Amino acid sequence: MAGLRAFIISRILLTIPMIFILLTVVFYVLRMMPGDPVIAMLGEKASPKLIEEMRAKLGLNRPLIYQYIDYVIGILKGDFGKSTWTQRPVLQEILDRFPATLELAIFATLISLGIGVLGGALAAYRENTVIDLLFRIIGIVSYSLFIPWFGMILQMVFSVKLGLLPLSSRIDPLLRPRRITGLYVIDSIITGDLKALESALAHLILPSVTLGIVLSGIYIRLTRNNMIEILRQDFIRAARARGVGESTVLVRHALKNTLIPLLTMMGLQFALLLGGAVLTETTFSWPGMGTFLLERIDYRDFPAIQGTIVFYGLLVALVSLIVDIFYAYIDPRIRY
Amino acid sequence: MKFKGALREFKRAGLPAYMCLAGGTILFVIILISLLAPFIAPYDPISSVDRPLLPPSRKHLMGTDLHGRDVYSRIIYGGRVVLLISALSVAISLTAGVPLGLLSGYVGGILDRVLSLVMDSLYSFPGIILAIAIAAMLGSGNLLNIAIAIAVVYIPMYFRMVRGQVLSLKESLFVEAARAIGASDITIMFTYILPHILPAIVVVLSLNVADAILTEAGLSFLGLGVNPPTPDWGFDLRDGKRYLPSGYWWLITFPGLMIIIAVIGITLLGEGLNDLFNPRLRES
Repeated sequence: MAGLRAFIISRILLTIPMIFILLTVVFYVLRMMPGDPVIAMLGEKASPKLIEEMRAKLGLNRPLIYQYIDYVIGILKGDFGKSTWTQRPVLQEILDRFPATLELAIFATLISLGIGVLGGALAAYRENTVIDLLFRIIGIVSYSLFIPWFGMILQMVFSVKLGLLPLSSRIDPLLRPRRITGLYVIDSIITGDLKALESALAHLILPSVTLGIVLSGIYIRLTRNNMIEILRQDFIRAARARGVGESTVLVRHALKNTLIPLLTMMGLQFALLLGGAVLTETTFSWPGMGTFLLERIDYRDFPAIQGTIVFYGLLVALVSLIVDIFYAYIDPRIRY
Repeated sequence: MKFKGALREFKRAGLPAYMCLAGGTILFVIILISLLAPFIAPYDPISSVDRPLLPPSRKHLMGTDLHGRDVYSRIIYGGRVVLLISALSVAISLTAGVPLGLLSGYVGGILDRVLSLVMDSLYSFPGIILAIAIAAMLGSGNLLNIAIAIAVVYIPMYFRMVRGQVLSLKESLFVEAARAIGASDITIMFTYILPHILPAIVVVLSLNVADAILTEAGLSFLGLGVNPPTPDWGFDLRDGKRYLPSGYWWLITFPGLMIIIAVIGITLLGEGLNDLFNPRLRES
């Protein structure tokens, strides 16, 4: 286990410069943004004196390097600054929106994994048949689906034409459950509010199916290729020779062995999931971090834009750290 | 005779060759339509030619939009902006990523460490969010700015691939031989190592074009792309979103289909090329 501990420590140490690079790039890059946040806040007609006062109040008149040092120290202390638009702490605003993105991401992942594992296993089992080809095509097409278009087509069919599902947003505003975790599905289960649960799930279906299908292609492919490899191995032939049922061979022996590569791929896909969520959120007016970011770009709210991007970056770094450690724990060869 | 031989060769290559052919044809047709847009489009794409929001008919194959513009004509012209921005962004990623990767892999040491760390940080960040941040910072509306925003996202793709290949090639015998006869480092990098990497670059390039088109469409859809009234698939989709609850399906269906057809075409081409050039990588 000493090897594992050394690996974890060195892996964490490697994350630090990455986060530092991210912080620095985000800070300097966003300072080049056209448009003045103070003017955006006070309006074009504000007097120069008022603008100057506001600038001083926000610390925008100080040399850039001091602003930078303040910002890095702030983030290390968990202070992402105050929004120039709402005057609220940015971290608080992001955390208000984060559960919506998380809920969407979780359901989309479940759907993409479900489609990927079932489709991939089926394609592998029927290798080189029409079914196999069909799933290969689905793999390519799903990757090429443009999220907003696919989402809007689903909206058009299931919401506008058939009236089966809600068009957009997260829940019927009158049914919003008491905030415990911020995940409406969980909160409504905890509070035992069935109406809220139903509304939350109905609103979740279209966005998570949209994002889930788009992300499923890679899982189909991964499961298929792994299963084909495994189905050719001796222990599968041995199991079949012993008279183990076909479904047991597939699920217990073959599928179980594709789980680790699937988990690794989930880690690698996480950035794609977050990026796809931004487009999905915009399409479905989903009040998550993505819609928050775009809204604040419109208002030139620097601290909020900066904070959201840093938050996304921290999420990615954290997830890749967890995946790597998990992988090293499972497979000792990685550690050395 | 020569043609028959080529045909036999093609058939032997099997599925990958057909994928290349199908993808290449789609791409070729889209490029052709974009180039010949003024001759194909029945109406002016940016002026009102009929009553607004007319459904598809013989007169307007894909209907008209809110401003009474012909959707079909806008889609034909829209390819121009999309292809131009994507091509520009791919060219930028390529010219930045390949030399940096060559240099980093060949020189090694502290330069390699720092460059790799920066590129890995960029690479791990969600692409579209990075493009959003850069587009917001540079200011949207300008073709070059949008292309740069997209390009930055894909530089690490070239960098990582080229660097990896250089690391495995630079100890080869032919590089040692070149050094022995006195070839300079620049010569070794560009005339000895680079040609070996070209097939892999072509594969990355084709995947890059597909991603660039999706990212361009994404930025336009989010309102960070070209300015109206320039016809652009992603932007027209954004425009159509407002009228979706009223059931004007033609405003969203057609621009989105064009994006997807273009991306599928390039993906097919890329996958086919990948299978032909790197048969060993097929399983990954």
